[in-house]
Amino acid sequence: MSEWESVIGLEIHAQLATRSKIFSGASTAYGAAPNTQACAVDLGLPGVLPVLNQEAVRMAIRFGVAIDAQIDHQSVFARKNYFYPDLPKGYQISQFEHPIVGTGSITISPDEGETKTVGITRAHLEEDAGKSIHDQFPEQSGIDLNRAGTPLLEIVSEPDMRSAKEAVAYARKIHSLVRYLEICDGNMQEGSFRCDANVSIRRKGDDRLGTRAELKNINSFRFLERAINHEIERQIELIEDGGRVVQETRLYDSERDETRSMRSKEEANDYRYFPDPDLLPVNISAADIEEIRAALPELPEQKKQRYIATLALSDYNAELLTASRDTAIYFEAALAAADNDQAAVLANWILGDLAGALNKAGLEIDDSPIPAADLAQLVARITDNTISGKIAKQVFEAMWQGEGRADDIIEARGLRQITDSGAIEALIDAVIAANPEQVEQFRAGKEKVLGFFVGQVMQQSRGKANPGQVNALLREKLK
Amino acid sequence: MSMTVTEIRRGLSNGEFSSSEITQDYLARIGRHNPALNCFISVTEDIALAQAQAADEALARGESALLTGVPLAHKDLFCTDGVRTSCASRMLDNFIAPYDATVVERIREAGAVMLGKTNMDEFAMGSSNENSWYGNVANPWNTAHVPGGSSGGSAAAVAAGLAPAATGTDTGGSIRQPAAFCGVTGIKPTYGRVSRYGMIAFASSLDQGGPFARSAEDCALLLQAMAGFDPRDSTSSNSATQDYSAGLEQGVEGLRIGLPKEYFAEGLDSRLAAVIETAIGELRKQGAEIRDISLPNTGLSIPTYYVVAMAECSSNLSRFDGVRFGHRCDNPVDLEDLYKRSRGEGFGEEVKRRILIGTYALSAGYYDAYYLKAQQLRRMIKDDFQQAFDSVDLILGPTTPEVAFAIGAKTDDPVSMYLQDIYTISLNLAGLPGMSVPVGFVDGLPVGMQLIGNYFDEALLLRVAHSYQQVSDWHLQTPGDFS
Repeated sequence: MSEWESVIGLEIHAQLATRSKIFSGASTAYGAAPNTQACAVDLGLPGVLPVLNQEAVRMAIRFGVAIDAQIDHQSVFARKNYFYPDLPKGYQISQFEHPIVGTGSITISPDEGETKTVGITRAHLEEDAGKSIHDQFPEQSGIDLNRAGTPLLEIVSEPDMRSAKEAVAYARKIHSLVRYLEICDGNMQEGSFRCDANVSIRRKGDDRLGTRAELKNINSFRFLERAINHEIERQIELIEDGGRVVQETRLYDSERDETRSMRSKEEANDYRYFPDPDLLPVNISAADIEEIRAALPELPEQKKQRYIATLALSDYNAELLTASRDTAIYFEAALAAADNDQAAVLANWILGDLAGALNKAGLEIDDSPIPAADLAQLVARITDNTISGKIAKQVFEAMWQGEGRADDIIEARGLRQITDSGAIEALIDAVIAANPEQVEQFRAGKEKVLGFFVGQVMQQSRGKANPGQVNALLREKLK
Repeated sequence: MSMTVTEIRRGLSNGEFSSSEITQDYLARIGRHNPALNCFISVTEDIALAQAQAADEALARGESALLTGVPLAHKDLFCTDGVRTSCASRMLDNFIAPYDATVVERIREAGAVMLGKTNMDEFAMGSSNENSWYGNVANPWNTAHVPGGSSGGSAAAVAAGLAPAATGTDTGGSIRQPAAFCGVTGIKPTYGRVSRYGMIAFASSLDQGGPFARSAEDCALLLQAMAGFDPRDSTSSNSATQDYSAGLEQGVEGLRIGLPKEYFAEGLDSRLAAVIETAIGELRKQGAEIRDISLPNTGLSIPTYYVVAMAECSSNLSRFDGVRFGHRCDNPVDLEDLYKRSRGEGFGEEVKRRILIGTYALSAGYYDAYYLKAQQLRRMIKDDFQQAFDSVDLILGPTTPEVAFAIGAKTDDPVSMYLQDIYTISLNLAGLPGMSVPVGFVDGLPVGMQLIGNYFDEALLLRVAHSYQQVSDWHLQTPGDFS
């Protein structure tokens, strides 16, 4: 057992899913040709002024309401001043002293059956910077300002996490929440959801915080876990070798799987925050907040409780189904094409075979080659005894390969379960006739031999005989 | 040539002259006198003639908007689509905005003709128009003296009859002080009354655009065209504009006018004080009730202003970095070199001084002592005015402590230069409207009287000024060399 405890806080930048930018009318769509989605305001041309996109404010409040946060009636935008070529105005419009979302919290489940509350210090609105491109022009850097002015919600947690695993559980929970709230598309590859981690270590029992390093440039949950674990190891080694952690920003390099120092505190900017005189304080009334609260969609925790109460799902399955909005959407779409009493079987298929296949193929559930309604049809064929659970796996495989819907595959491959007792009896008679020795053994009391007969009959039927019927008829005939 | 906008409108509608004729006259005067005065950075002859022709065609069709066919000039910090907007800075010597400022757009839509872009202190930072990359402007009343600043080119152009009216901006007095120094009428509206969109920012919480003209009556017309809510400027007011011309003839009978004792104290040239006293006497004669009041925090306005204005400008001017537009140094070796040399070469001395002071005031460890303190003082200054307006309808005093000083007299002493703004600056801090009205001369140089109103009381100021101008002709006088 290590004598060290790690202390982790996350800063998450969620790109808000507004159609236009936070302070201009330019589009926020991803992937356009460089600088085609940057208007005069985004370029910071002399004389232009920012005008706040109210939709970004509403989205931020949605988040605040969902984490039960303090939301003050006045929120202020501030300028964060620093020079960088992809920051057109020489300052970023952000929030400093009066963020739109104040203190709140969220509950995470790092392990099955375990819960932990993580404090959220604040969440504030800000504009994104553009992108510097260093590898396309020899001796020069390119600047793409399409992203400049894209609205971000920066969600700052308390340093409440004690392991990389907890940090990932927290990040996933926030990711799930912003997707549920439909305020962020959550796409980490495109940078719509970015995590920076503040990591420090201290000796167990010590309640002072150690010096922290800030890890940046992490674009997947897997990398988040690896980057934090690396950093914890690096700091432990450093201190155990008599060194000292310096406050600095470290960049995670996923190719080399290491963190590298980017800048130390000594070189850090003095951002000279002050209220932006171009923007009036944002006034938020209690009525505004209530209106947004009333319009909130069903959140993961509520959904989970509903699944348990009305669909009789297990706590564990309900948790897994609701952890991601897309999974819940898939489940509910499948359920809409099925009966409620098939919910448990559906859940098992989604969380079992489908999740496994998606994972293996590296696909997200909303890209599943098997539509939700098709999976519901497959499950229906199991519950109405058209096919057995075992045959269903074959059918699932064929559906995954794109061979069609369950009914078509069952028909085409002749997989319909044999439930005609006459047909099954004929198969049983043949098996009994062919194995007199085993018949004797069974009749002498060797119950286990029944399994042999079931296997033989199923094999003869090529898996299509109803196993329950086979069992019952065999017992009768072997008596 | 000393026509007012009102006279030009009348002449155009009576068919006494065409917009093209009068525009050509002004362009000719600019050609003749601008070399001595240096009022204009750019003269937009082609645009002016085309707009004048369009105005004449509109007038011939019987279509007449507020300013149809009236020539005027814009301070060179209002962005003009396709025409250089330099802010009198080397930094923007090559900058052509791809859009019109709201003020420019509104004035164009009101039918006016743009003669050109006027000289100013670089980025509106200065009180003498000596801080211009394009050279200083001379005061038409005495070309060895400054015209005031920062809107010195606009004020001098109107005074010398190179334009019947011009736009300006006022951050700490930049309309009122040059109006006073040049003997013209100028109004700085309430903060938020005129859109700042496309007006290159000096200090965003203080900047406000407004007009210069030969009379209050003309200023009312110009302001009518300029004022109003603009969705592109979040700080613009959505309250309805008044009809600024409608009440001009109502007189001053019964109006309570407050004289702040701090505005008539030490530092005010006694000869100038005497001229103001005479003007006050005239208003009293017309039935105004004159009261003594106090604005006890007046002395704090200069230090407060210079912290707020410089802090904001240090941030506002960060976008001039040589990356996307404006001056870029030759052959930068790396990013830091690009920044340092582009900004070092592009900005003049006063601009650099203010960026440095502002950066300092916002720095970690100094923010509370300077910026935050200044915000507190700003509220106190605002409260002073609100208390005063409990007992008076408007406030009156000198616009400046002395008349236009000689070119070069204060260039080595920035603090003495800053003190020129003592009476004007607190209005910007409070966001109140103010105007300067010519009331006489000292040493052959004009004296300006300042009228200060409560929020959105521009119509009242214009009415009082107009009432005074009905019994005086200081505002119509033209400097001999340019008549």
